[in-house]
Amino acid sequence: MSAAKLMDYDKALELFEPVLGFEVHVELNTETKMFSDAPNPANERNHDAEPNTLIAPVDLGLPGSLPVVNATAVRSSISLGLALGCSIAESCRFARKNYFYPDLGKNYQISQYDEPIAFEGSVEVELEDGTLVTIPIERAHMEEDAGKLTHVGGATGRIQGAEYSLVDYNRAGVPLVEIVTKPIFGAEHRAPEIAKAYVAAIRDIVRGLGISEARLERGNLRCDANVSLRPRGQEKLGTRTETKNVNSMRSVERAVRYEIQRQAAILADGGTITQETRHWHEDTGTTSPGRPKSDADDYRYFPEPDLLPVQPARELVEELRAALPEQPIARRRRLKAEWGFTDLEFQDVRNGGLLDQVAATIAAGSTAAAARKWWTGEITRIANAEERDAAELISPENVAALQSLVDAGTLTDKLARQVLEGVIAGEGTPQQVVDARGLAVVSDDGALIAAIDDAFAAQPDVLAKIKDGKVQAAGAVIGAVMKAMKGQADAARVRELILERAAQ
Amino acid sequence: MSEITPDLVRHLGVLARIQLSDDEVTQLTGQLDAIVDNIAKVSEVATPDVVATSHPIAMHNVFREDVVGQTLTTAQALQNAPDADGDRFRVTAILGEEQ
Amino acid sequence: MSEIIRWTAAELGARLASGEVSSVEATQAHLDRIAAVDGDVHAFLHVNEHALDAAADIDRRRAAGESLGELAGVPLAIKDVLVTTDQPSTSGSKILEGYRSPFDATVVARSRAAGLIGIGKTNMDEFAMGSSTEHSAYGPTHNPWDLDRIPGGSGGGSAAAVAAFEAPLALGSDTGGSIRQPAHVTGTVGIKPTYGGVSRYGAIALASSLDQVGPVTRTVLDAGLLHDIIGGHDPKDSTSLPDAWPSFAAAAREGATGEVLKGLKVGVIKELPDSGFQAGVAASFHEALGRMEQLGAEIVEISAPHFEYGVAAYYLILPAEASSNLAKFDSVRFGLRVTPDGGGTVEDVMSLTRDVGFGAEVKRRIILGTYALSAGYYDAYYGSAQKVRTLIQKDFDAAFAQVDVIATPSAPTTAFKLGEKIGDPLQMYLNDLTTIPANLAGVPGISIPSGLAEEDGLPVGIQFLAPAREDARLYRVGAALEAVLVDAWGGPLLDRAPLLGGTR
Ligand SMILES: [Mg+2]
Ligand SMILES: [Zn+2]
Repeated sequence: MSAAKLMDYDKALELFEPVLGFEVHVELNTETKMFSDAPNPANERNHDAEPNTLIAPVDLGLPGSLPVVNATAVRSSISLGLALGCSIAESCRFARKNYFYPDLGKNYQISQYDEPIAFEGSVEVELEDGTLVTIPIERAHMEEDAGKLTHVGGATGRIQGAEYSLVDYNRAGVPLVEIVTKPIFGAEHRAPEIAKAYVAAIRDIVRGLGISEARLERGNLRCDANVSLRPRGQEKLGTRTETKNVNSMRSVERAVRYEIQRQAAILADGGTITQETRHWHEDTGTTSPGRPKSDADDYRYFPEPDLLPVQPARELVEELRAALPEQPIARRRRLKAEWGFTDLEFQDVRNGGLLDQVAATIAAGSTAAAARKWWTGEITRIANAEERDAAELISPENVAALQSLVDAGTLTDKLARQVLEGVIAGEGTPQQVVDARGLAVVSDDGALIAAIDDAFAAQPDVLAKIKDGKVQAAGAVIGAVMKAMKGQADAARVRELILERAAQ
Repeated sequence: MSEITPDLVRHLGVLARIQLSDDEVTQLTGQLDAIVDNIAKVSEVATPDVVATSHPIAMHNVFREDVVGQTLTTAQALQNAPDADGDRFRVTAILGEEQ
Repeated sequence: MSEIIRWTAAELGARLASGEVSSVEATQAHLDRIAAVDGDVHAFLHVNEHALDAAADIDRRRAAGESLGELAGVPLAIKDVLVTTDQPSTSGSKILEGYRSPFDATVVARSRAAGLIGIGKTNMDEFAMGSSTEHSAYGPTHNPWDLDRIPGGSGGGSAAAVAAFEAPLALGSDTGGSIRQPAHVTGTVGIKPTYGGVSRYGAIALASSLDQVGPVTRTVLDAGLLHDIIGGHDPKDSTSLPDAWPSFAAAAREGATGEVLKGLKVGVIKELPDSGFQAGVAASFHEALGRMEQLGAEIVEISAPHFEYGVAAYYLILPAEASSNLAKFDSVRFGLRVTPDGGGTVEDVMSLTRDVGFGAEVKRRIILGTYALSAGYYDAYYGSAQKVRTLIQKDFDAAFAQVDVIATPSAPTTAFKLGEKIGDPLQMYLNDLTTIPANLAGVPGISIPSGLAEEDGLPVGIQFLAPAREDARLYRVGAALEAVLVDAWGGPLLDRAPLLGGTR
């Protein structure tokens, strides 16, 4: 594919105003699927299931099968709607969206069309520098996910050139909430950053509600980004493109930036934008056009005759509203103040997605400073090296336990890092690792004094220097003692003892 | 006369994934034209003040508790499959992009 | 011919209970009858090779002293639209040839649990689209009264099986008359229950908002006995009514005393004049009404001004829902796959498979339904048809404010000749004129034999309609008229049917 011509970003913004829009799909983590009682692969219990094992008849569209709505999925959708500041419909219903695709067991998707469960809301989004932006929400509706296709043969594992495809319907029927924004105006230069922050905000909200695992890399959260440009001073909106398959927050940011630059180049050349779906390519950082929607745009929606209207009781809505957790932005404000972090320190934690971990570590008894140090420091370093999620490596309780061993003097910082590795390696709690590896600081002065005497014997000139008042010469002896103790000594204590011995 | 034309019938065939032969298109165009002429009369009485009924017996809020039930075994899932690789269904190449 | 096969299900059930016959004997007698006459009738697509095993099991359980239901051990024919684990299920289509369901339809499971012996799967118009069973991919069923004539449809197989004494009971499905119209032309009894009264789970969907499963029998009591077994709430079907139902067998027994006719108000629809019916059909209808009047019923003329729009609305709603319901037959997960010469994309395979696998009527209705739902046509067609439903419901409400039941001839003509209307779909559609309004409004309907038409000596049925949820009223009224008529005839109408087997 030939590289698209791109316009310089600043130049593009000079000539055009970007208008954004997003459709975010959230996979709910209910026990079962939206319309069947098969286990939900988007629930952590069911990760790593073998293909076609999480299947009820309706997930395959078997003849005679019928859908039945999951009550918990409806409640989660209402909670999400409320958290997005939406009104909850007094009555809404499901509709069939008809199109043929091999990953769609019935060849229609049960979704909502003219009557979504939630509508008209807004989300406050906080940019990295603390600026607040309000994103208007048009609707949030319930629907089901499709199965998974694996393309076999051909060079890239992509659909083009594949010889055949394999279909696993485990994901078919996973409960989804699709959140659709209204057009977002006024983003200007910060459009890519706002895109990223919006997805982060949705992630934080669904995490806070506990209704989704909210892991972008697992597809729990999927963003389609709509971008259009209009010449400065023009009122009429430009033609938009919808970029799909954007599976990380960084990609959302890059994809929006790319589309602005690409569209600007076309428009500046007197060209026109094709209304189309485009695919984001993580590897090249570019988008490419999807199939032109010749027939797929006539979805022949009609009310799902196998299901009945959903009319959330007002008492239920109020009950769910009362149970909403603190809004993420408010919570962040409160935590930052409680923890006494600087702006920079707090951004470090937040941008690392470590807010919950730090909070839990503090709740388990650690100081705020120590919790932040562990999570943004050593744990993040290991997570990056192993390409894993920091939260997956160690529990906040174990981090707090580790820090308390340091505070008690049982571990030096260096030893603590070794213990951390042991805990991450699955060797048990920090105390168990200390015991098993024999890593505790040697606090027996007798053993330390013996080692100091040995060091002095080996380096007689050092003792003389110290006695002469050249205290910094003690460093050589400290090194020798620490070596003899295999690092399991408190260097400060060793230094104290050396000076005592030298003074004798 | 209704607006049923051979081109429309062919387009409907594409939407419905039925590969209609030219003969079928010709025949269906005539038949559908007659049928549609006859059934179009529903709009005579379907005035704006009439609400639509999609379920003959009005009910709402029919839900299922979120509790796992019995699943199909992979063998059961695949037992009627025209083609499979052992644990997944197999289809020939897909034209175009993922949805 | 063995006497066993002439017994009603109630009689056979009683004799099984008393030990006069065994279920194995009864089942064998029906299998013998099938072997003798089904070559001519072709009511069955599949005869259950496990039937005798199931019968032996019932005999064993009875011998062991287990208390069994009233119909335990009685053979049951099952319309092929219902999925079964022990027999193939094709819905009369080539596209499902050899299909094996991993689950039983709820009505099948309940029949099995009640000890009924599934004796085979009955023929039907492909996917229940038709009024003659000529649209079966496996060849037509012949009317036992005249083998050159149609047995009605779509459930011609179930009606013919019962009329030909191949089974005392059958299950049918009725989307626009597919139980009642076959009953009319074969001199049998058929009931379409209130929508939601019987589970649709496991009934291969034609039009989800119209489909109902119901009993096909030779007597009203037998229908009540079977309805008691298959009916009632099913959580697997969201549209299933949670109501507690009275016993329909009890209603039939109560009705047979004739008391119910005293003061019963029977509505006759002004807009269905005799001119719309074959003379012998109208005559039989009025004769039956006359007998009811003699026994104290009052005939009241009512108006149902929107019934004339019923057929039009039906032929929009049905194809629309069917076009979506039948999308699942795409060669991916089950059913036929036809690959173009030299291969092709999955779209090519789907399109060819559906062209080859579906019959002409099915394709006609799918294309019609796709049209009715298409962008730009929805409001005029599907949307308007849904409004006609409301108007027909209002007609029913107004009528039932005046009368207890509505009576109509069950269909415009007696059984027509095979091939007579097959080339004229519109004429075929008009056959369902009197039965369709019940499906559109969800109300129950029964057809029982009213006699033979003078001009051709073929059976005629009278239909009674009652308000939604008042199925028991139909059993009372149907049984009352049945008792009067059988008494007047000196025996059941079917005694006058020609003998089958060796007569041709
Ligand atoms: Mg969308
Ligand atoms: Zn969606």
